[in-house]
Amino acid sequence: MDLIVSPLHDAFTPTAISFVLAAIGLNIHFGYAGLLNFGQAAFAAVGAYGMGVAIASFDLPLVLAILVGLIAAVVLALIMGAPTLRLRADYLAIVTIAVAEIMRLIFSTTFKDYFRARDGVSGFTDSFRALNPLSESMGSFASFSRNDLWVMMVGWPLVILILLFVWAIMRSPWGRVVKSIREDEDAVRSLGKNVYSYKMQALILGGMIGAVGGFVGAQGLASVQPDSYNLDFTFIAFTMLILGGAARVLSPVAGAVIFWALLSFLGELLTMLSSGDSPLIPPEFMTPDQVGNIRFAFVGLALMLLMIFRPQGLFGDKKEIALDAR
Amino acid sequence: MNKVTPAGRLTRCLLLLLAVLAVVGAAGPAAAQDDDEAPAGDEDATEFVRGTLIDRKGTRDRDDDAPVEGAEVLIEAVVLDDADEIVEREEVGTAVTDDEGRFEFGLPGPGTYAGTLDVDTLPDGVGLADGADELTFPINQGDSRTLIFDLGARERQTTTQLDRAVDLAVTGAQFGLTIAICAVGLSLIFGTTGLTNFAHGELVTFGALITYLSNSVFGMPFVLSVVVAVLAGMAFGWLQDSGLWRPLRRRGTGLIAMMIVTIGLQFFLRNMYQYFTNGRLLNYDEYLTPAGRDVGGLFVYTSRDLAIAATSVLVLAAVLIALSKTRLGRATRAVSDNPDLAAATGIGVDRVISVVWILGSGLAALAGVFLGFQLGVSFQIGQLILLLLFAAVCLGGLGTIWEKMIGALLMGVLIDISTLVVPAELKNAGALLLLIVILLVRPQGLLGRRERIG
Repeated sequence: MDLIVSPLHDAFTPTAISFVLAAIGLNIHFGYAGLLNFGQAAFAAVGAYGMGVAIASFDLPLVLAILVGLIAAVVLALIMGAPTLRLRADYLAIVTIAVAEIMRLIFSTTFKDYFRARDGVSGFTDSFRALNPLSESMGSFASFSRNDLWVMMVGWPLVILILLFVWAIMRSPWGRVVKSIREDEDAVRSLGKNVYSYKMQALILGGMIGAVGGFVGAQGLASVQPDSYNLDFTFIAFTMLILGGAARVLSPVAGAVIFWALLSFLGELLTMLSSGDSPLIPPEFMTPDQVGNIRFAFVGLALMLLMIFRPQGLFGDKKEIALDAR
Repeated sequence: MNKVTPAGRLTRCLLLLLAVLAVVGAAGPAAAQDDDEAPAGDEDATEFVRGTLIDRKGTRDRDDDAPVEGAEVLIEAVVLDDADEIVEREEVGTAVTDDEGRFEFGLPGPGTYAGTLDVDTLPDGVGLADGADELTFPINQGDSRTLIFDLGARERQTTTQLDRAVDLAVTGAQFGLTIAICAVGLSLIFGTTGLTNFAHGELVTFGALITYLSNSVFGMPFVLSVVVAVLAGMAFGWLQDSGLWRPLRRRGTGLIAMMIVTIGLQFFLRNMYQYFTNGRLLNYDEYLTPAGRDVGGLFVYTSRDLAIAATSVLVLAAVLIALSKTRLGRATRAVSDNPDLAAATGIGVDRVISVVWILGSGLAALAGVFLGFQLGVSFQIGQLILLLLFAAVCLGGLGTIWEKMIGALLMGVLIDISTLVVPAELKNAGALLLLIVILLVRPQGLLGRRERIG
């Protein structure tokens, strides 16, 4: 029973929404503009920390706090992009990873009065939860708590709005320029477009969407911890994007939902097989504690196989993937 | 070229890789330690806590060290609350150190325990230098844990910044040498194939894990284990190249796609390592706590440091000479420079790349052995050093391997020296910042020639 319910459940949680948004942001970077940003975790992190700290330490109202998070993402994009957008694809990847790691180190070791080191920021959810229209006596629905439901009620429509926006902007002249930068930077430059500026705008836009993902994730978990935004965050978002197929409006959502559902299914299945009195998988081979590793090992394997045999993902178009080194 | 072959071979190779990992892992849980005498505590225990109490007499000079006999360590089973405070405790027994200062205690089973050193049982004039007298630790099935109580002052009392700088520079150079060994492999692979290998750190972890397996689980002598680890690393590298990367090159997979494949591989291997080690921090059986010798009050070295440094320098020198003097070395440099031209002049490019993978992986495994001492043997070694590796390679720039070595060494020293001004937890951030600055300001590296690259 859990084999079906739990994947359905996990594919729609606030955490799933935060990854969906991170993947939509990455789609703008990698899918449309061809920018190999491996530091998406940093955008989600500054968004979440910006909002969390603004409320927890400075008592700002929610709207202002969200603004702080978005501005933080823009600033990060400017700092990260200004020097690096002229670099070649793999260099950009290394620099963005380095920036993300520096941010994580900063959040976990400095300004401990605000960032609270590894304990993370908490106590910022009251103003958002106060807006919850659901009655307090409702208990839970489909094993989601009242708070989770509220985050999802805001989060999923937000995803739809952002997708509509992405769809519209990618049909616009701006979107066409960005896509042609992915195809041939020099050709676009010869047409008199400022490639650097367009790349920067794409980086800022995708980064802000990533920061929105940070908001949703933070509200869902009611805390912001530095280690949630490690390299794995970016890689998982990347796997989702590639699973769905880069450079398609809906693919980050499809990829993320399928990813979480499969991950959760695998987890349930392995837990079921390895627990109980006489498990099918004997404990010498795998204990329920090790299920997490096995299923994430599968994620790695899936990313490899996808990239090798179907780089366009489930719904993508092979011609539209920026995979040639430039 | 036959299009089906790479896919088939890839599948076979992944299966083989899984089989290798399975063999490695099957041996893991059987990590039973044989000891001459039965330890105190539960006689049938498979979980142990052990440690060695040595009075360092306020110096780090080995001649001053004296083992503490007859000291008592109280072992209790405890329950922790959310803030890791002990809320419940139940005595399990007491471990007493022998004439070499060692104690070992068999625990009744997995759980959380606390070990408390009874300071009153220490000889007169000996006390805890720093750290708590009570240590809590979780124990998993089949686990054993080493408790470390610091007796006497362990850190040298340093007075001036300059005094510390020398100490730090020596520590950093040591780390830099190890990083240099990995960086050589990484840049050779990058040079010949253009592949940015995000899974290179996992080759490093592989070396540490194989050494642990051979030394601590199968009880082979440490030196032999190192040889085993390097050979296993070389085999692993060969397997990766011939099973994965060569078929991909033949298929014409783009470099960016391959780079993302390395990320998948890194993810896969790291999680498999964590699965096989249960996420524990492991230790080799030998050379764990060598005593230090003070050099003119400037820095302290141990025999282990010396052995590691000497091996690193010898290996690096050998690689340098091999690259510049042998036929294969010249072929490697030719392929790095221009694969098509090299192929046209009759160099077997695939063979050269295969050799480079074998060499690079072997070097990575060797560095992993050393890092197992410095960072502890864990599945995270690769992840911890990957970006530092990239930083080292970028610092060295595009140029020769020689420059890469200098770059790595310099980075190691800079990381540790930087702790004079920045908090120690942030020292790696400094190295990453340096990586970014170098890429922006001098993409050709500190010593490299000016050349347009990116």
